[in-house]
Amino acid sequence: MKLLTACLRILAQVTESAISVTGLRKSYGGMKAVDRLDLTVQRGEVFALLGPNGAGKTTTVEILEGFRKRDEGKVQVLGVDPERGDAEWRQRIGIVLQGTGEFDELTVAEVVTHFARFYRNAADPTEVVERVGLTEKAGSRTHTLSGGQKRRLDVALGIVNKPELLFLDEPTTGFDPAARREFWEVIRQLASAGTTILLTTHYLEEAEELADRVGVINHGKLLEVSTPALLGGRNTATATVSWRDGSEETDRPTEVVQRLAAEFHGEVPDLTVTRPTLEDVYLKMIGDA
Amino acid sequence: MDLALAQGGIELKQFFRTRESLVFTLLFPIMLMVIFGSIFQDIVLNPGQTPEVTLSQYFVTGMIASGLLATAFQNLAITIPIERDRGVLKRYMGTPMPKWVYFAGKVVSVAALAVLATVLLLIVATTFYGISLPSTGQKWWTFVWVTILSLISFTLLGIAFSTVARTGRSAPAVVTPVALVLQFISGVFFEYSKLPTWMQQLAAIFPLKWTTQGLRSVFLPDSFAANEVAASWELGKTALVLSAWCVIGLVLCLVFFRWTTKRDG
Repeated sequence: MKLLTACLRILAQVTESAISVTGLRKSYGGMKAVDRLDLTVQRGEVFALLGPNGAGKTTTVEILEGFRKRDEGKVQVLGVDPERGDAEWRQRIGIVLQGTGEFDELTVAEVVTHFARFYRNAADPTEVVERVGLTEKAGSRTHTLSGGQKRRLDVALGIVNKPELLFLDEPTTGFDPAARREFWEVIRQLASAGTTILLTTHYLEEAEELADRVGVINHGKLLEVSTPALLGGRNTATATVSWRDGSEETDRPTEVVQRLAAEFHGEVPDLTVTRPTLEDVYLKMIGDA
Repeated sequence: MDLALAQGGIELKQFFRTRESLVFTLLFPIMLMVIFGSIFQDIVLNPGQTPEVTLSQYFVTGMIASGLLATAFQNLAITIPIERDRGVLKRYMGTPMPKWVYFAGKVVSVAALAVLATVLLLIVATTFYGISLPSTGQKWWTFVWVTILSLISFTLLGIAFSTVARTGRSAPAVVTPVALVLQFISGVFFEYSKLPTWMQQLAAIFPLKWTTQGLRSVFLPDSFAANEVAASWELGKTALVLSAWCVIGLVLCLVFFRWTTKRDG
């Protein structure tokens, strides 16, 4: 009997979604920050909440993290309502806030070691520091770190408890392109190890690189949820075939190219076939809203 | 409990690595002692009597009280808003660390700093300015309980007062004048018995006056009790008022303490 309940519990943990949100609302004064938002994130998934500044990303994430109270709606994070999230629940999640919390005069290793003390199943601090690529800086005071390095320290603190679910709120804002790519590698490794990740970003490229699914959010509303490749009907959108003498919008670009090839008896001068980029789709979406 | 000690250790590490806090919190009372000691060591309060008591002996009590206020009240009321601003508090909130551990860490570090500040002060005072230490076990005991009660109330009030400064940057500007005025009216810088009555009455509301008075009972001969406003050391009343401030401080902490800044919603 005991075994059965244990099995059922494990089964429930495996099958229940990591995050489930229905009808979430939050206003500040008269301003609707989040407006009837529904969202489901499966276990093991990397989900990106993509939207411009002020879209409601951080409010949503901080409600999920238990930092803010919602006005309305149902929210379950790892099967727990974040407003009632206790220490047990916090053992299981990792949080990387939007701003870096600074520990000026402590070293990287000291901060990570200290935070490891709060958790039952903490990872080895040295290993965590290595995983985020800060081994060389382990003995440095945190105020001497660069912006990118500080962010990695934030991630180190977010993953020191080997969380089932990791929140990353705009982790790479202000990074140079090289630092961003290195950072993405850290996130990919976490994802491949099975960590569920909810990421917010206003960089399209980041969502495309990292996410299994993307939710586009603006004015507190979730406009669409899809895989990066299918977002906004991008795969089926009309293609534009253009060549030296003109261009044509079509659902069947191959036919157009064949026709052109016949007309030109072979090579079509300056031929291009384009579909809307993710950026085109995204800008159209948040522009319409 | 281990967690609280570890938290205290982290706090102390940060304190000792920040030069400003080291100089202004820990060494400031000693600097004052050097100044007051140098000015007043030749002024005798009771000419012709034995033992002779210098004005320096009187002011050492003020300097100890000033040190306790600096390490507990000013230190916390200034550093906590900075930590809140930097998101350190929010980050602790995101972990399973029980909230009391944060405060316990502050208490551990404040206690260690206060003891250190007082010991350093007494070493300087006895070595260079001929200050005599408490003469009886009874007086040492008074020294201990006055210090402990004062520290607890200053610590709690410092934590509660950390809510007043809205940003870390404004904290020193908000806290320093309050501490300074309190010290002027409570007998830290002037002989309390020579202050205007209204000032004495105002000071009697707050805990610092009772700290200095309690310490005077420790460092001055009993004949000096006659110079006090009530013509007595009022030790019972001192214990009562300081304990009351511990309770008030705790209530203020529980009601007003904020983990997040206003813009965090």
